[in-house]
Amino acid sequence: MNGARRSPVVKFKDIQPELRRLQRRAFLRNTLSLGGLALLTGCDLSTNSGVDAALKSILRFDDKVQAALFSGRRLAQTYPASAVTRPFRFNAFYAEWQVRGIPDGWRLEVAGSVSQKAPWTITALRTLPQVEQITRHICIEGWSQIGHWSGVPLRAFLQRIGADLHAPYVSFKCFDGYWTSIDMASALHPQTLLALDFDGQPLAPEWGAPVRLRIPTKLGFKSAKNLQAIEVTHIFPGGFWENQGYDWFSGV
Amino acid sequence: MRQHHHHQPTPTTAHPAAIRFFHWVWVYAIGCMVFSGWQIYNASPSLPFSFPRWTALGGWLGGALAWHFSAMWLLAIDGLAYLIYGFISGHFRRDLSIPTPRAVVRDFWSALTFRLGHRIGHYNAVQRLLYLGVIGALLLQVTTGLAIWKPVQLAALVGVLGGYPIARNIHLATMFLIVAFVVIHVVLVIIFPRTLVSMIVGRPAEPRSRA
Repeated sequence: MNGARRSPVVKFKDIQPELRRLQRRAFLRNTLSLGGLALLTGCDLSTNSGVDAALKSILRFDDKVQAALFSGRRLAQTYPASAVTRPFRFNAFYAEWQVRGIPDGWRLEVAGSVSQKAPWTITALRTLPQVEQITRHICIEGWSQIGHWSGVPLRAFLQRIGADLHAPYVSFKCFDGYWTSIDMASALHPQTLLALDFDGQPLAPEWGAPVRLRIPTKLGFKSAKNLQAIEVTHIFPGGFWENQGYDWFSGV
Repeated sequence: MRQHHHHQPTPTTAHPAAIRFFHWVWVYAIGCMVFSGWQIYNASPSLPFSFPRWTALGGWLGGALAWHFSAMWLLAIDGLAYLIYGFISGHFRRDLSIPTPRAVVRDFWSALTFRLGHRIGHYNAVQRLLYLGVIGALLLQVTTGLAIWKPVQLAALVGVLGGYPIARNIHLATMFLIVAFVVIHVVLVIIFPRTLVSMIVGRPAEPRSRA
């Protein structure tokens, strides 16, 4: 199953012209929507119009408000095992059949403002202290589900690799082409995990194998799956969805 | 109402400039919130329906959220300014006293039988009920909105509302109440177009009773 997933049957370049056509059609439809007619044309964060610039600057202001509302000590509600959502809903920026298996010779790379840059195997990660949590995963689309994860608190991992805990950002790169980043305060929250297990089993590829971020104090798209590299940085890293207009902080 | 029992001195303007300003800012802010809210809802409908695409604001989920999380400030600031103004100016005491159920039934019956007079600058019991109702709905909408925006940081609020999924559905249901108010409000303005003129340029309040 994992082997079959390693190379997708349909390559991005095969469907690129079709995608372009669909995007053009969607653009025309959006321009003709009420947003286009009655309010302001095409203000969907994809243009360089003044309105889109205003929306983006308000989102940056919202990020500051969100950071101020965040408390490193306030915990997300935890649930009993009986509350776990089954079946658990798969979600990614691609369909489930495109999930990739773990690349050969995979190691978790660490980079940026850290003193020990040696990559990590899963076995090595399992020697670190493990914690578990049953928490609600809230998607930016509005749906939510309760899941059971366990793994290494990111705080413990960052301390272990000698990370500069005053650096403002921690970024996550994934081998499925996804990437995201979070603020250091949220990275050090006790419920922020490098999850290795889901529902009592080692992570399956669709749940983010071999290691994923699990951060219950942020919206679901921040919990990056299929991690390849973690970087502690002073340069704003953005993210896959964030660069298209989802608000960067996305705290809950 | 029709008997001149101990009413306050009649204000000179039916819709004071401050009220007109708050009103039109609301029209824009609530419009942005509702239409972007529909687009956000459409990303993952919790009920078996979606809002028509042409009504959606923002083009896609990210755009709609940007509109929603921008217009929320306008709505909140406008609402807060209105509440402060309403208490200080005596607007609430003078114009929006809580009507008795009897007065509501009486005025509603008069309205149905086309015997209810409409005096610009004075609110009958049914109007007062509707205006107080929509103010209550907006306050509930801000509360449920805060709860589903920050379900971890404001966990106590979400708890009171029955948890995240329920709070989200209350937010949706309250939107319908606000939209229902807007529909009734606009229909009444079409029936009494003079009120629209008064809400735009301001008009002297009409005498309380012509009878």
